[in-house]
Order: sequence, then structure tokens, then C-alpha cells
Amino acid sequence: MAETVSGAEIQLENVTKRYPGTGEPAVKDFNMTIPAGKIVIFVGPSGCGKTTTMRMINRLIEPTSGTITIGGEDTLKLNADALRRKVGYAIQQAGLFPHFTVAQNIAVVPGLLDWEKKKIGDRVDEMMDLVGLDPSVYRDRFPRQLSGGQQQRVGVARALAADPPVLLMDEPFGAVDPITRGNLQDELLRLQLELRKTIVFVTHDFDEAVKLGDKIAVLGDQSTIQQFDTPEAILANPANDMVAGFVGAGASLKQLTLLRVRDVNYHDNALTVVAPDSSPAELRKQMSEQGKTYALVLDARRRPQRWVHVRDLSTASSLATVGRPVGDNVSTQSTLQDALEAILSEGGNAVVTGSRGEYVGTIDIETVTNTIQQLRDEHDAGSAAS
Amino acid sequence: MNLLDYVADRWDRLSLQAWLHVSEVVQSTLIAAVIGVLIGVAVYRSPIGSAVATALASTILTIPSFALLGLLIPVFGLGAVPTVIALVLYALLPITRNTIVGLAGVDPAISDAAKGIGMNRVSVLTRVELRLAWPAILAGMRVSTQMLMGIAVIAAYAKGPGLGSEVFSGLTRAGSANATNQALAGTLGVVILALLLEGVYFLIARFTISRGIRG
Ligand SMILES: Nc1ncnc2c1ncn2[C@@H]1O[C@H](COP(=O)(O)OP(=O)(O)OP(=O)(O)O)[C@@H](O)[C@H]1O
Ligand SMILES: [Mg+2]
Repeated sequence: MAETVSGAEIQLENVTKRYPGTGEPAVKDFNMTIPAGKIVIFVGPSGCGKTTTMRMINRLIEPTSGTITIGGEDTLKLNADALRRKVGYAIQQAGLFPHFTVAQNIAVVPGLLDWEKKKIGDRVDEMMDLVGLDPSVYRDRFPRQLSGGQQQRVGVARALAADPPVLLMDEPFGAVDPITRGNLQDELLRLQLELRKTIVFVTHDFDEAVKLGDKIAVLGDQSTIQQFDTPEAILANPANDMVAGFVGAGASLKQLTLLRVRDVNYHDNALTVVAPDSSPAELRKQMSEQGKTYALVLDARRRPQRWVHVRDLSTASSLATVGRPVGDNVSTQSTLQDALEAILSEGGNAVVTGSRGEYVGTIDIETVTNTIQQLRDEHDAGSAAS
Repeated sequence: MNLLDYVADRWDRLSLQAWLHVSEVVQSTLIAAVIGVLIGVAVYRSPIGSAVATALASTILTIPSFALLGLLIPVFGLGAVPTVIALVLYALLPITRNTIVGLAGVDPAISDAAKGIGMNRVSVLTRVELRLAWPAILAGMRVSTQMLMGIAVIAAYAKGPGLGSEVFSGLTRAGSANATNQALAGTLGVVILALLLEGVYFLIARFTISRGIRG
């Protein structure tokens, strides 16, 4: 996987936009550095100026004053059309050209950049694979023959086709159902792991911001920055009432989506036994020696199979059938929120598995609550010091 | 002589007139299409401009064709010139109006996306907006053509070419030999040609409207 950052830093300095015939500016003296290769999310109430701010970056809206640079280059000194070919742009409901096929839509920007035909064709297939659409099935379809989620994927593919260092996305997943939106978000994160673009993403869904953002900018009226920080920091420590209102109830729960099981101290002291290598009698002896009431039965490849209580063993003939099967388990990659769900449905704790599904430990509810408490304390200490 | 014999007998002249008729109608439609689309492109972004252009074109349509020709003859003389000018003027309304409606109906998000990914103004117009408005423009041209087929008959009054001269002379000679046949041959010729042109429009639509936007 490429670890190289292909994105470019974006810098906005004293950017103001005043629409003709309006009193107050829509965006007032906006300053921000958007780091290369990161996803920065603009969230804020409707009409606060998110779209206006974003569209000034590719000059779909010309700033009234201020400067914007991409990778150090002053955008106002470039030809606007040429600038836009170097900045990917994806919007709500995709904005696909209905009279073009999927392939023709994706090929537009490479075409504008005068790529060779062959290179464009290859690129189209590559992009379709990247966003999870089989070229042999979808290449010649028209947008109206696609689902909303598929259209959105084509929109992202079109935006990325010429490999722009910067990608602007204005509520790109706003018009699809929650499940599809979740999938599209996961895919964007997967793409970003590979591509490392600089992405500016506008949404008014705070959960989406937490899930996708390396940093979140909570914007107020006239695009004033209320807080610009990592999702963790904003959740743990909203800068003011407005941000707190946006974070909403359940901030602790949202934090759980940010942490992975591998980041916390889960236990690895469960008594385990590999089923084919042992017998109920042997296990019972082991359990009484170690003073444990529960044990976990694994299969030959050390994958968790069943939970056994010590009293199940007196009547059991084989470890393959004793006790109750393991239900939900979590992997070290899972979020703490997934872990919490598994813990609750398993009744107290959940088995943690490694990359090949093998047992690596267990996690219980105390671990989760302790982690939340710890985060709180850290952020309180951090903000007290600063 | 019955109608069929009459047509067979005068086939050379009739087919020439039919050809001239179609040719002047098609040429007038094409000229009107170029002018109408240019006007549409010039005004569609401004509601006032659109209203004015549509109103002007509608006004032309209310002038009776006899009167219009009568006014053009003193300026341009008799023949093809005043005929074509009149036909173009009549064809303007459906084409201009449909161009404006078609262009105004393009989803702004699509034009925005086109601009946003780096198309210049001309490309946005020619590769996206006009392509999306094309079904409407073509429908306007079709209506114009059908209308002109009838109006071109009247143009015989200005000594213009076409089947109109058959109809007119048939009617003025009413009662004499073959007068009815002549008028009838001219009229039926116009109807048949109109149907043929309908077929041509169907084929043009089939081959020029993207499957992605075909209704
Ligand atoms: N073309 C325009 N002319 C005049 N005012 C405008 C124009 N576009 C936007 N505005 C105003 O500028 C302000 C910011 O608009 P903007 O579209 O940037 O908001 P937003 O944060 O993207 O809102 P939403 O979440 O609803 O998309 C609003 O008050 C809006 O009414
Ligand atoms: Mg917006």
C-alpha cells in the first residue's frame, strides 16, 4: 500500500466572500490550513457558509478578498478552468451527465487534459474497480440505470479520474439511505488509505464528520471557526455551547467509534483449551486448579468455539459439544462501539480475535468504561494545562 | 381523367414541385433552427430576455401568412426570397421557445458539476446543456416543419416554388378540365410529404438523442 501522500496543502488566508446585494458577508475573514493528505470536514448549521467556503477553493465562487493557495500556488493566479481540472469535485446526487455513459462520465476530465485514448480507457476501468463497480457490467450504462449509491460511486470516480491532489466533496452522500451512506463512507476511508488526497468534505451530519474526519471544523455563522480539531478532541472537549450543541447527546458513545479494540487493554487471561487435544475431565481439573468457573474452547486453528461453565463438564462426553457456542465476537480492528454491542449481546464480555480469526483475548464492559473515563481525564488535563 | 392518371401524366412536374416544396421547408427550418438556438442561448439565463424573445416570436405567428407575404413582396419582390423569409419567421417561435425551455430545464447541479470539473463555458454549453436540451429543440423543429408544410402552400401567392402553385391554379381554374385533380394532387402531395418528414424526424431523434435521456 502506498504510504506516499499525493495530496497538497491548502491554505486559506483572510478569505472573505460578500455576495452582491447582501449586507453581511457570507464568509468573513476565514483562515485555515488544511494539511496535505488529510480529510478535513466542514460541519455547521444550514446557511453558515460551508459550501461558499469550499467552492472558493476551486473558484466556482470567486473570493471577494483574501488568498487561497494549493500546494503553495496562488489559485487566483491560475486559469480557473485549468485549476478545476486539478481539483476533484463531487456533489450531492453526483451531478452525473445523464446523456453520457458511466465510462464517458469518468473520462471527462482526462479528456479535457488531452490524455491519449488508450490511457483514458485504462484509467476508466481502473477507477471503476477502485470504487467497486465492475467495468464489464457498468461501463456502458447510463446514470439513470444505476442506483443512488452507484451514481455516487461514479461521481467519486469521475472526481478522482485525473488523479487530482485535492478533492472537494459537498454533502456527497447526503441523498442516499443510511446503510448505503455507511458503505460509501467505509469505501471513501479505504480509498483514502491508498490515495492520501487532501479532502475537504462538507456535511451537516456530525456523525459522518466524526467517522471520516482527520480534523473537523465546526463552523458558525459567516463561516466563523468555532473549533478546528481532531474528532476525539472535539468530542471530549467542545470549545463552546454551539459546538457542544452540535456534538449533541451521546458524545461518549461517538468516541467509541474512534477507538479500536487494539488500542485498549483487553484481557488475555481466559482459560483456553484446544478441543481435539483435551477432554472434559482434563479441563475440569485445570479449571479447579486455576480457580476458574469459565473456559473457552478453541478449535484446532485456535478459533473460539464455545464457552464452558465448570458444572457443564461433569456430564459432558466431548469438548466439541459442551457449553454454549460463542456468539458475537470482535476483532482487534473493530471499533469500541462494535465491541460494546458484542459485549452487551454476549452478556458481560466478548471474545477478541486476531487477523486470522484466532483467539487473542477477551474484552469486558469495564475495559470500555475505563477507556472513556481515561479519555475524559486526559482531555481535561490537556485543556487545563493550555 | 382520374386522379391517378393525372398524377402519372404530370409526374415530372409534380415531383419537381414536391421536391422544391420539401427543400424550401427543410432549408427554412434549418435556418430558423440556427437563429432560434442562437437566440435561445443568448437569452435563457435571463427570465426577462426569455420572456421578450418568446413574446416577439409569438407575435410573428399571429400575423396572417397572406399579410406577411404581402408585406414582404414590395421589399423583396416575388419568388423564393420572400417565401423563405416568411417561413423562417414562422418557424422561429416553436424552435426559440423550445430551446429556452430546454436549456432552462437543465438541472443546475449538472451544469455546476460540468463547470466544477473544469469544462469551460463553451464546453458546458455545447457538450452538456445543448445536448440535454436537444430533444426539446428537435421537437420544436418538428412542429415548425409541419407548420411550414402548410404555410408553404400559401407562398404560391408570392410565386414561390412548391406544390402551392398546383393547389392555387387548380382552385382558380375550378370547373375546367382537371382543375379538381390538380388541386387534389397538390394537397395530397403536401400531406404525404409531411408524413414522410415525420418519419425522418423519428429517425433523427433515434440516432441523435442519447439513450441516457431518451424518454
Ligand atoms: N449566490 C448567492 N447570492 C447571495 N447569497 C448567497 C448565495 N449563495 C449563498 N448565499 C448566502 O450565503 C450564506 C451561506 O451559504 P452556503 O450555501 O455557503 O451555506 P451552507 O453552509 O453550505 O448551507 P447548507 O448546509 O444549507 O448547504 C447563506 O446565508 C446564503 O443565503
Ligand atoms: Mg451547502
